[in-house]
Amino acid sequence: MRRTERLRTMGGIGLLCGLVAFMACNQGQKASGNSGSDLTEVRLPEKVDFTFDIKPILSDRCFACHGPDQNAIEGGLSLHTAETAYAALGELKDHAAIVPGDTQKSSLVARINATDATLRMPPPESNLSLTDYEKRLLEKWIEQGAEYKPHWAFVAPEPQEVPTKTDWAQNEIDAFVFETLQEKGLQPSDAASKEKLIRRVSFDLTGLPPSPKDIAAFVKDQSAKAFEKVVDRLLASQDYAEHMAAEWMDIARYADTHGYQDDFERTMWPWRDWVIHAFNENLSYKDFVTQQLAGDLIPNASLDQILATGFNRNHKITGEGGVIPEEYRVEYVEDRTNTFGTAFLGLTMECARCHDHKYDPISQKEHFELFSFFNNVPEAGLVPSGVIPVPVINLSQKEVDGVLDFVNFTKSEGKTLPIMVMEEMEKPRQAYILNRGLYDQHGDAVAPNTPKALLDFPAEFPKNRLGLAQWLFHSKNPLTARVAVNRLWQRMFGQGLVASSYDFGNQGALPTHPELLDYLALKFQNEGWDMKALLKYMALSATYQQTTKLSDELLEKDPENLWLARASRLRLPAETIRDQALLLSGLLHKEVGGPSVKPYQPEGIWEETTGGGGGTTASYVLGTGNELYRKSLYTFWKRTVPPPSMMTFDASSRDICSVKRQETNTPLQALILLNDPQLIEAARVMAQSYVGGPSDVGNQISSIFEKATSRKPQPEELQQLEAFYADALQQIEAQELLPEAYLSIGMAQVPDGIDKKQLTALAVTVQTILNLDETISRG
Amino acid sequence: MGEKKIIKDRALNLNRRAFLGKTALGIGGAALATTLGYRFFSKDASGELVAQSGFGTKGELDALHLPAKAKRVIYLFQSGGPSQYELFDYKPLLNQRRGEDLPESVRDGQRLTGMTSNQESFPMVGSMFDFKQYGKSGAWISDLLPYTAKMADDICIVKSMYTEAINHDPAITFFQTGSQQPGRPSIGSWLSYGIGSENDNLPAFTVLLSRGTGRPAGQPLYTRLWGNGFLHSLHQGVQFRAAKDPVLYLNDPNGMSKAGKREMLDRIAALNDKHYQDFGDPEIQSRIAQYEMAYRMQTSVPEVMDISGEPDYIYKMYGSEARKPGTYAANCLLARRLAEQGVRFIQLYHMGWDQHFNLPAAIEKQAKDVDQASAALVADLKQRGLLEDTLIIWGGEFGRTNYSQGILTDTDYGRDHHPRSFSMWMAGGGIKPGMVYGETDDFGYNITENPVHVHDFQATMLHLLGINHEKLTYKYQGRRFRLTDVHGKLVKDILA
Repeated sequence: MRRTERLRTMGGIGLLCGLVAFMACNQGQKASGNSGSDLTEVRLPEKVDFTFDIKPILSDRCFACHGPDQNAIEGGLSLHTAETAYAALGELKDHAAIVPGDTQKSSLVARINATDATLRMPPPESNLSLTDYEKRLLEKWIEQGAEYKPHWAFVAPEPQEVPTKTDWAQNEIDAFVFETLQEKGLQPSDAASKEKLIRRVSFDLTGLPPSPKDIAAFVKDQSAKAFEKVVDRLLASQDYAEHMAAEWMDIARYADTHGYQDDFERTMWPWRDWVIHAFNENLSYKDFVTQQLAGDLIPNASLDQILATGFNRNHKITGEGGVIPEEYRVEYVEDRTNTFGTAFLGLTMECARCHDHKYDPISQKEHFELFSFFNNVPEAGLVPSGVIPVPVINLSQKEVDGVLDFVNFTKSEGKTLPIMVMEEMEKPRQAYILNRGLYDQHGDAVAPNTPKALLDFPAEFPKNRLGLAQWLFHSKNPLTARVAVNRLWQRMFGQGLVASSYDFGNQGALPTHPELLDYLALKFQNEGWDMKALLKYMALSATYQQTTKLSDELLEKDPENLWLARASRLRLPAETIRDQALLLSGLLHKEVGGPSVKPYQPEGIWEETTGGGGGTTASYVLGTGNELYRKSLYTFWKRTVPPPSMMTFDASSRDICSVKRQETNTPLQALILLNDPQLIEAARVMAQSYVGGPSDVGNQISSIFEKATSRKPQPEELQQLEAFYADALQQIEAQELLPEAYLSIGMAQVPDGIDKKQLTALAVTVQTILNLDETISRG
Repeated sequence: MGEKKIIKDRALNLNRRAFLGKTALGIGGAALATTLGYRFFSKDASGELVAQSGFGTKGELDALHLPAKAKRVIYLFQSGGPSQYELFDYKPLLNQRRGEDLPESVRDGQRLTGMTSNQESFPMVGSMFDFKQYGKSGAWISDLLPYTAKMADDICIVKSMYTEAINHDPAITFFQTGSQQPGRPSIGSWLSYGIGSENDNLPAFTVLLSRGTGRPAGQPLYTRLWGNGFLHSLHQGVQFRAAKDPVLYLNDPNGMSKAGKREMLDRIAALNDKHYQDFGDPEIQSRIAQYEMAYRMQTSVPEVMDISGEPDYIYKMYGSEARKPGTYAANCLLARRLAEQGVRFIQLYHMGWDQHFNLPAAIEKQAKDVDQASAALVADLKQRGLLEDTLIIWGGEFGRTNYSQGILTDTDYGRDHHPRSFSMWMAGGGIKPGMVYGETDDFGYNITENPVHVHDFQATMLHLLGINHEKLTYKYQGRRFRLTDVHGKLVKDILA
């Protein structure tokens, strides 16, 4: 039976699906340990499926004591494989937890239903419980033969038969999506308006809104390839590369400081410039990742390939006097191991550091086997202040004039910059299982290897990082392509086909469209790991191009848009909110790369937490000139005091690898949008370009509104804003709104001779427009 | 019509329009579910769904696990690691054997920081300051803390704290989040998530910083210490600052009047609502509500921060420093005001206790920074009837060594970090008053009685708030996390 058919039979319990996935997609869920409301009235599926119905329950409620962790098994029972679950138990070996087809004889059934609390499973002290619905599911599954299946994500993707395309379909994506919609009794939504669509795709691919000219050209272009032309133009732009790089900064936990204690500055921005360059060149995902993991080990490695390995040195490094160096060196290797797991495999490797993984088939030994790939760097655990930790490459103008011409070296004239990179020790450092994960508790020695449950490490591959990269891109690796395409899908649709883009393991979310995920994974893999091509393919689907409009029916049947009967409306990311305001005002300075810059931030926030270490990160020195108006990608990232305006909009802290951000909605966000000098200055400068111009105020406001929202205001909206403008003028006359004070916010000059009253009134009107939910959303 | 009434009416109207009849359609379940541990919508008295506009007014727990003794916490964090030997742990033996090497049998394999591990000798050193006994329990308290000494009958001194971390960053992170490596939610975030706020207009978790005079350029702080980790960002600690902007970005732009801002908000709300009518995304309603909350904070925060109306006798209690914004004393006074407003978790950090060198001079100044105001806070809450349900905690991330770091002279010594024993005190909120708990050996190096681990302390704190520490969990990346990780025992002996 095809997997989605299993999902579809759950149609009768749509609400339950919705809830479960809703929670999972938001990276976490409620505390109590049971899955919320009791839904016994909900119909059980006709055929209970292990992957979709049973394993989520077993994993979440049972595996902690009856799962893959060999040292935590209670009562000799493991439920994660059929063999162990069916095995005879007890001293007399006279019973079994699961007897396929026989609920009477299955002690599991008796135990989950026991009224005696000392016998009941899960036991009260676990603070876990099963709902009646879950108990009935387990019973029915046993009744039907208790069939086990391997974990879906650990089986390599298989070629998929594409469902018949309907008239609606633009490409195969739509065929898969449509089939699911039909099963759910849903219809695709209408296509979004052209204005909305170009706004959406511009934000998704470049992090910036379209210009009115771009919009007009697209609206006017009636050719069949009109949208494709837009997509091609966006993908070819420098903005695309920078926007892709912004996401990679979270994944690579990039920062401009070391991250502990006095948090001294480091120089990793040339590595960041390499990332931008790689996206610009559309390096294949395979090369992009391989060079970052093992560029130094590629035969005759070029300098840019070595620079790429800075990826694995972006982790935090301590300079706290008095720490035990080995304790921290181990942390760095752990960080690389866990980053590898999260970013490329979608696995929580960190959960197997202190003991075998509680949920996934990854033993503690395997954790440290993977660890040992990253353990051979000639590095120090403790790095004194002012020193860039070895190993490094030294960059000077000479290299930049050659192979590294993409590094923006203009502000570093004459200097030689040491950049952290990876290097392999001549004699690898012996790795050990660390008991309880502690740096000095050596257990058995281990050698480099990969988790057996995924794919055996081919004997012909070298047992180093280069071999690891080869293993990652082996055609039978079940995870690499799925994890990558899922993240690209997340970029375009707001949420991955696997909502938990950081966890493809047993505790992760299940794919909403498993066949589509496999189809895309194989397409990506077979067509050269081409990121631009896949993004374009997604953008050209009818699924992507639907409206976001939400009807009562859709809200009722699919509140979280799992089945894609519409497009999702998303708040813009932290970077984009600021960058958009800068662009609209004309302040945005589109220089690429170079040292990170220091735009406005509230006074004193570095100083009030600074210790005695001194250095360039002790106090914040505001940038000058164009540095104030660079894209947020280039904002200096001090890990212990990250930029508050970005953190409040859910930027990652860059402490560890992060592949998915929260999307929150808070009063502190409102305060920033209303009062951040950067945004007020942008509003004022935008107004400056209109005041004294030929058009009347109504047209001025209309034009500003259109730039901010990518559509013309409706009469009612324009009326509101015109009335606000008129009231603002009155306030100015009544000296309630003071032009001199208001216009002095920000470093940008107010042009001589401009009408300051009109400018102020228009500026507060722009500010109002920049605060609209629509302005900070892509719909 | 008063301004507040206008806001309330509008919010209600919007919400009514948004959710009229929707419960019957069945979105109730999804809308009521939480996102990242924050409940966006709740039912009002008439059973209608309304968008939450506060900082998690209602917590995740449907009911407390046990009766709460404390409703809120004021945590006076003494950052840097105060020396127990000069404050609460009286060890005359260290004076008698001053200069002698610490016996290897006492050290017993304890790992040392890189700052003293290369030292040739470990000369023991006792306190330069005298101790006397106070209160019914006869607690030994140093002359450095005369005000604290006077309230010996109100506090419970725990002399047997211990931790695993030996360096600041991991040790403070451990106290605040239960884990040495960053990334987990801070205590205040856990409480905001678990039991919510008692005040709609202020964050449930507030943070106040001050810099000590003992070692002003000592070790730093990190904003992640009050971070929400993987919980919703509404649960993050919000710093209240002695600066022009008491909360970041709180002040209206220069030149804009309150009325002007109000009109801007009204226009934003009207236009947002229009867009909601067209596109139907409930998130827009939530946005409108958050803007209203931001507006209310613009009044509520300056109000609570304005201490100018406090009478003279209060300044006498807290000391004249309390008139100076940003000092520890001023922050203690603010802490009381926040407690009065029902703020759930009020976190102070006072920097400067990391006294590796010149300890006698430094600790004298540092103790003076905090002694009077800490004692005044206890007394002030007591006189207002708030001490009984407010838990006050005073302490740092670890203790200090009983031997000198660097050269021991007649007048000078320093002390390195020591994780195996140190002292804290707690008061109010269900803590047994007038008690000394735990004991260390005559060297002060090892605990001999009633050890209290950091996780035990955290478990006990949660217990006082009515929470079973094993049951306040949050599932993230497949695992249920909790403040106490997989450890923590309730310290029953110190409960009232």
